[in-house]
Amino acid sequence: MRDWSDCLSANSDPEAAIWVRTHASQWQALAAEAAAAAQRARPTSEEALQTLRAYRVLARHLATVRSLQPGGVLAAALERTCGGLHTALNRPPRLTRARWGQLFRDDIPAAAATVRSLALWLAALLVGSALAGWWLINTYPELVSLIASPQMIDGVEHGHLWTYQILNLAPPALLSGRIVFNNVLVTVGAFCFGILFGLGAFYMIAINGLMLGGLLAFTHQHGLGLGLLKFTLAHGPVELSVMCLAAAAGTALGEAVIRPAAGTRAQAVRRRAAEVGPLLIACAMLLLGSGLIEGFISPHPGISIPARLAIGLGYWMLMMLWLSGRLFPRTGRTAARREAD
Amino acid sequence: MAEAALTVRSLTGVEMTLPIAGPGMRSYAFLIDWQIRLLGALGWLLIAVLLRLLPNVAGRPLAHQLLMGGVVLALLTYFLYQPAAEILTRGRTPGLRTAGARIVTLEGTTPGFGALLIRNVFRLIDSLPLCYVVGLVSCMLTERHVRLGDLVAGTVMVRTTADASGSLERLAVQAQRGALPLEAVELVHDLLTRWSSLEPQQRARLARTVLSKLDPSAGAADAALGEPALHARLERLLEREQRS
Repeated sequence: MRDWSDCLSANSDPEAAIWVRTHASQWQALAAEAAAAAQRARPTSEEALQTLRAYRVLARHLATVRSLQPGGVLAAALERTCGGLHTALNRPPRLTRARWGQLFRDDIPAAAATVRSLALWLAALLVGSALAGWWLINTYPELVSLIASPQMIDGVEHGHLWTYQILNLAPPALLSGRIVFNNVLVTVGAFCFGILFGLGAFYMIAINGLMLGGLLAFTHQHGLGLGLLKFTLAHGPVELSVMCLAAAAGTALGEAVIRPAAGTRAQAVRRRAAEVGPLLIACAMLLLGSGLIEGFISPHPGISIPARLAIGLGYWMLMMLWLSGRLFPRTGRTAARREAD
Repeated sequence: MAEAALTVRSLTGVEMTLPIAGPGMRSYAFLIDWQIRLLGALGWLLIAVLLRLLPNVAGRPLAHQLLMGGVVLALLTYFLYQPAAEILTRGRTPGLRTAGARIVTLEGTTPGFGALLIRNVFRLIDSLPLCYVVGLVSCMLTERHVRLGDLVAGTVMVRTTADASGSLERLAVQAQRGALPLEAVELVHDLLTRWSSLEPQQRARLARTVLSKLDPSAGAADAALGEPALHARLERLLEREQRS
């Protein structure tokens, strides 16, 4: 609430009024500069310096006005304008080619390194739940209705894999798009739900492993196990690895909630999110690749198993090389810049 | 209840407070952006449907593919608009601009690519179970009115200076040419703006108090004035100030 009593009192500070009137002429120009600075996408050095000068003057005037007329409208207006300039001035550099290069060469491998052990544990959980799913459906075949739709069950029971039917329903490009969208959603889910003390990520990995094992067992019972394996061979390794990676990043967030190393839990989560954030970009790009493989190569009946194996393993190796930092070796220039940072 | 604000330290050491946008403003900004992306998505669908109707396309397999392509583009527009717009505009999407807000970091700076990406990724949880209920509840309950995505990314939505530069400009003009103290002009302006919402006796009393302070020599004459005359006298005072 503004207090008007000061300005109404007969003995209001005449020096303040003089100071305000003397400096008011500058504020129009400063306000115009503040408005222009917020709009400039690529300011020149001269423009940046001009903005910096305006910012300094405004901050100085703000401090003076606060002491002359504390809580007044003028202080509020100066503060708002100065705040706008503060945001406009303090902005991260644009995503240039060099910055992208640094992200691919350094940031993504570094982020992957921080969650390596978690990703291995989650991969073990995936394998464990897949084995559990296999055993479950092998022992109680009637439970397959929990993990597969009636159409899928019907198709497999009649000797048809649903995976080869989808090629007839949509062209490969659209199919790829749909697959990528679905995979990105699952991966983002594994990451986000990891914040729930890591339990969300565990759940997503376990449920996907259970479904995978169960479906393999079900198709195996009907003599189609090899067909399903053939279908997943080319895209599966990277897709499943990416899921584990995203879940590991999510679990890292959950770990920060459970045991923050320093500061508050919110600070720990923010720090961890900034650390593992680059992994999301890597995951999205890898999923785009595996989506294309799943849309164009996997459903194609003419591609042999060795060729699929080569594609699957080759793509997986490529991913591992990238995440371990061996695909794009760090240049001296980047390392030097990082040192400087 | 005190207005939520983000206190940041400027480069010169002067502390500033940035007013934080509440759930209402956030929802308003979101609705505008949502309408834009919905219109964009519907636009793609419309184009696909219209192309399907072309004489040399209708009835062919291409027609089906065109429709599927339209659906994919519509979905991409719908789901990628928000992160793309935030990253490209650096936290000032059209919806945020219209609502008079922007996204900043906890230090009051422009957020980077990573923070904006993480903020958007967490929409998956914030939008649960439907209509952003989790996000909205989080905004209402947290001190800085932030949703989960903001908490993780370290961002906050602040009210911008959409009218502040103009406001400073206006104050500067008044300060240069007026005879009355700047706050006095603001006070008279405020009183006149709120005139109709005040009780007649209350506004007359306030007007007399203000006039007696600003122009003590006319105190006795003002005391005898009726309520409409007091209103007219305040308006004249303001007019004279703005003309001076």
